[in-house]
Amino acid sequence: MATTYRTCPSSGLQFEAHAEKLMRWNAVVAVLWLLVGGITAIGVIMTRWPAFKLLPPDQFYTILTAHGIDMLILWILFFEMAVLYFASSTLLRCRLAAPKVAWTGFWLMVVGGIMTNVAIFQGESSVMFTSYVPMQAAPHFYLGLILTAVGALLGCTVFFGTLVVAKRDKTYTGSIPMVTFGALTAAIIAVFTILSGAGILVPTFLWSVGLIKEVDAQLYRMVWWALGHSSQQINVAAHVSIWYLIPAIVIGAKPLSEKVSRGAFLLYILFLQLASAHHLLSDPGMSAEWKVLNTSYFMYFAVMASMIHGFTVPGAIEAAQRRKGFTNGLFEWLRKAPWGNPAFAGMFISLVSFGFLGGISGVVLGTEQINMLMHNTFYVPGHFHTTVVTGTTLAFMAVTYLLVPTLFRRKMIMPKLCQIQPYLFGIAMSITGLVMMGAGTLGVSRRHWDMAFSGAPFQYEWPGAAYLMMGMTGFFGVITIIGGGLWIFLVVGSLLFGEKLEAGSVSDKPTPIPAETPAAAASHHGSDHVGVPGTVVLVLALLVSFVLYYFVNWKYLSEVWLLS
Amino acid sequence: MSSILPPSRLWWKEPIAKTEWLWIGIAFVWGMIMFVMMIYWHIYGKQNLSNEAYKTSPEMFAAKAEKFIAENTIRTETDMDIPVVKVPPGGDGYLIARLWNWYPILELEKGQEYKIHLSSMDYNHGFSLQPVNINIQVIPGYEHVVKMTPTSTGTFAIVCNEYCGIGHHTMLGRIYVK
Repeated sequence: MATTYRTCPSSGLQFEAHAEKLMRWNAVVAVLWLLVGGITAIGVIMTRWPAFKLLPPDQFYTILTAHGIDMLILWILFFEMAVLYFASSTLLRCRLAAPKVAWTGFWLMVVGGIMTNVAIFQGESSVMFTSYVPMQAAPHFYLGLILTAVGALLGCTVFFGTLVVAKRDKTYTGSIPMVTFGALTAAIIAVFTILSGAGILVPTFLWSVGLIKEVDAQLYRMVWWALGHSSQQINVAAHVSIWYLIPAIVIGAKPLSEKVSRGAFLLYILFLQLASAHHLLSDPGMSAEWKVLNTSYFMYFAVMASMIHGFTVPGAIEAAQRRKGFTNGLFEWLRKAPWGNPAFAGMFISLVSFGFLGGISGVVLGTEQINMLMHNTFYVPGHFHTTVVTGTTLAFMAVTYLLVPTLFRRKMIMPKLCQIQPYLFGIAMSITGLVMMGAGTLGVSRRHWDMAFSGAPFQYEWPGAAYLMMGMTGFFGVITIIGGGLWIFLVVGSLLFGEKLEAGSVSDKPTPIPAETPAAAASHHGSDHVGVPGTVVLVLALLVSFVLYYFVNWKYLSEVWLLS
Repeated sequence: MSSILPPSRLWWKEPIAKTEWLWIGIAFVWGMIMFVMMIYWHIYGKQNLSNEAYKTSPEMFAAKAEKFIAENTIRTETDMDIPVVKVPPGGDGYLIARLWNWYPILELEKGQEYKIHLSSMDYNHGFSLQPVNINIQVIPGYEHVVKMTPTSTGTFAIVCNEYCGIGHHTMLGRIYVK
């Protein structure tokens, strides 16, 4: 298929015409889903805020189901398709393999997403994101998800094909870049995830139309979570890739060690999928041995991988800043980092919030016995709002500040507001996540319409602190929604009204990435090694918080009733 | 090399800095500590979730629970006449989760060990004992036998914390500990 290659004059990135169009469309649809998800977030947060209790229960559960599906699946998945095409076609400067397949995938995802949303808003499919059987949704709820998954699988296939094209056309020499490697990790996990999803959603769909008599409730939970949890691990691999991407573009950072960072991605591929077990720790159907081995990603190897990225990502930033001359003391490199650049600020807040809040809480929550203190409490959404939202969503928002000028060729409008947005959204979401976890620690349930239990035969009064935490969740949740709405406003505003930027030169042949001479390569590696003492201090702070919080929870556990 | 440019294949031979090795070592050791901690707690800890579970059906479980209730009820409470059932110390107690109540009310004694059988008649439910804060998934078709020993006295609530439909928030049960 005939195609052209455009070299962006400001970034030097080279966009192939088909890939460019696909990236744009996927990114735009992603933003639309974020908008729908954000509107549903208002309903969720204003209902759980005890002072308001906005919606009646039926509408609340409908809206909550939509919020989960639209945010966790549709917003993130569409954006990830754009990331995959960027990391393959753009970074490797080659044509996209089989653009028609990619478009088929895109339209399947669009149709699937709309179909599932129609099912939800018709009101007969308020089964939550997890749709645990035997609670049944309308058949088109499941069918829409299946179509979306097939579409995403096609997108992954195009990504793999594009890697092959680049190799065959020799558009680069050496190994694929780190960011592409991270995207490859995400795509491999995605294939596993989608196949697991097919393994459970297809039978469940057949059950919903009456062709299968029963789907076992425990089996469903196990296989569904191989979809549900692994899909969040795709996000981790994708947003870690973006953590490497943004500092590389903004301050010219390079990985401390390619071997270490890539090794960490490899550990993700090998072990992340076991995390399905995180959701089954308080279930009857599995043995303790199974739970211990799986919940720890086979002895915490995937946690180790995340801790490694937690070192190498800020380490790469520190090394780059020190090379630029910010060498005073432990933290001059950090103080003089480009905090006014929303892409960098967003990326760094994402890193810190994911590490300190989402990461630590996730490991504690995923400890076999400690899970009993938190299973199905408000702690769980508190945890994943500091992984999927401050981690993934904020990283995606941050990289968009770079994509709008290069990919969409528009200048961002209102630069001052752009600067504020990542702080507003990132900090408000982090606080929201923290107070959600606080309420969960006190026992407050997730997915629950009324913490006052109106209409129950008995009364139970939550501690006053729980009401305070839920009130704070409401307050900071609303600020988060404002921060997210601001991002949508800025991005859509820039796409429509931003100053048009130059397209740059267009050619009908790709310009390959210049090969490194062996001498240049040698000087890149080894000889210019820079120490990263500031990063060492940061990761030690993470470790101390981690260890303390971990053992505090064992202490809590030792105080409850005896169980054996 | 930048993270967005292809490195030459020499990257595989490049040495790893000492601080990176050190951090990898720390992360590995911490992972092992956390792993061993779960096993240690199974041996020495006093809060481990029981592994005893059986496949069952709503009818089978309800029959066992009704027999238990018929034999051990000491009084009824509320205008719905919910039976309060005294579980024999050291014995078996049955708790039914269904849309939208926990049935019956159990009465326990502090310091005694009980085998509490949990199952659901319909959807997934969540056994959330408050304010103790113990949370266990209750799944239809599975009978989970949880051994528990109350360490405090008073009136405890069982909140349902797995979404089970429109009346989810009214699904509140009760346990007395004397």
